[in-house]
Amino acid sequence: MTKVALQEFLTPPAEMARRRGPQDEIVLSSRVRLARNLEGCPFPGTAKKEQRQKVLGTMLPAVESLKLMQNGFSTAMDALTALDKTILVERHLISREHAARNVGSGLVLNKDESVCVMINEEDHLRMQALLPGFQIKQAWKLIDGVDTELEKSLDYAFSPVFGFLTACPTNLGTAIRVSAMLHLPGLVLSEQIEPIIQSVNKLGLAVRGLYGEGTEALGNIFQVSNQMTLGEAETSIAERLEKVVKQIIEHEENARGTLLERSPKTVYNHIGRAYGVLSNAHSISSKESMNLLSFLRLGLELGHFPGVDRSVVDELFVQTQPAHLQRMHTGRLSGEERDLLRADMLRQQLRNMSRPVMQAPPGQADDSAEKTN
Amino acid sequence: MLCCICQEREATVHLTQIAGEKMQKVDLCEECAKAKGVNDPAAFSLADLLLGLGASQEVEKASGRKEAPCPSCGFTHADFKKTGRFGCPVCYEHFSDGLATLLRSMHKGVRHVGKVPKRFKQLKKALDVSDQLKTLQRKLEKAIHEERFERAAELRDEIKSLTGRTEGVEAP
Repeated sequence: MTKVALQEFLTPPAEMARRRGPQDEIVLSSRVRLARNLEGCPFPGTAKKEQRQKVLGTMLPAVESLKLMQNGFSTAMDALTALDKTILVERHLISREHAARNVGSGLVLNKDESVCVMINEEDHLRMQALLPGFQIKQAWKLIDGVDTELEKSLDYAFSPVFGFLTACPTNLGTAIRVSAMLHLPGLVLSEQIEPIIQSVNKLGLAVRGLYGEGTEALGNIFQVSNQMTLGEAETSIAERLEKVVKQIIEHEENARGTLLERSPKTVYNHIGRAYGVLSNAHSISSKESMNLLSFLRLGLELGHFPGVDRSVVDELFVQTQPAHLQRMHTGRLSGEERDLLRADMLRQQLRNMSRPVMQAPPGQADDSAEKTN
Repeated sequence: MLCCICQEREATVHLTQIAGEKMQKVDLCEECAKAKGVNDPAAFSLADLLLGLGASQEVEKASGRKEAPCPSCGFTHADFKKTGRFGCPVCYEHFSDGLATLLRSMHKGVRHVGKVPKRFKQLKKALDVSDQLKTLQRKLEKAIHEERFERAAELRDEIKSLTGRTEGVEAP
């Protein structure tokens, strides 16, 4: 285990933004999470402080000693500041629920932050594998390996009938949650997102906002995940989600194509305005910047910012979030101060990015085509 | 914002319930709020909202209306009703009676399929075998009843070979 402060340990956002994965123009990340509990111990919600500390005392060394956790980071939750915790939430490494926990809860991260284990969240163990791009199978293999290793030293609460026993019966059985974070500006702009969400729901999958349960879809980013955990094997759940994600990717690509063909001006307008506001504003909320960055990202993918690497925008997605902004400044910032600093940072970072080139590829309607009308 | 129960009407009643260390926010329209008795917070069950309507009644039925708390952690069905969660692994046994109905409403099946920890693998095999045995026994009785003796003999042999195997893999 590394003995450094959390913020020194975490990969700098610029480096994180350069990590690429398959089909990451639409699938931002893939995640598989497993919940496990120890036999003979009350779940964290019922456990007394001493019982939670005892579980933490058993879990921490077991998780830390995993080969995969070499040079990782391990901490008790009460050793982290509120800012540290919010940064972890903004990086999707811990849940908001876990961020609210203190004494008797813990966290272990591996070196590249692809594996993160929460101790005493709603369950004794919540372990996740988080990979960039569309890598659901790989994420499952990664976390399955961690689980199999841990099983050697921990006695899991398991019933041959109900499977892995969890605090909430909605997680019972495989106790798996497979999810993918999707960037879907095309479906939002073409107003197809609602019917897509509804049909995904009908398949027993949930669609949520950026930070998971009960959050809104900022920046046209949606999280698709399984809801049912009992009566279906892990691999089958993962495959089902994979199939649905593949279909959503196709719909998003089609939506982008159709938009460019039928109403390119709508698309250009969003991209142009996003560029205009982000590179010129002097005060901007995190919500507005998130939504505009989404269109800037779309513009990059459609080739309207030649020579600019997408990591510039992906880094800003991370950096403009409240806690990430706060950490670069000493002294607590008010919301208003943050909006000013956020705008300063955006102008600074985008100063070398020239205005979008809106020349559509041949055969498609663009500015010149319009003149002939 | 739409009501989280009917998903139709605008939510006008916003409720925050704190159970233990957890905070739950719920948004309801007026009609659903009345129907769920939100005006009377004590009668209002978070379990219903989290796990689907009627969930708490199922568990109430499951525990046979008896107030007996879980022998291991002391959790009662009232606690479950309040939080939508169980207290400890033993709760699943203690409240197991009506659990199947509840689980059926939220999952694909009521029996675990998938990964099994190593130390349970043998136990699982034994259980699967005992399930198979029961089915075979039933088929055997039926065959005898229908005087299909050839089939009965086959079934008898199958049972024999299975029981031979179970003896080797007794539950730990």
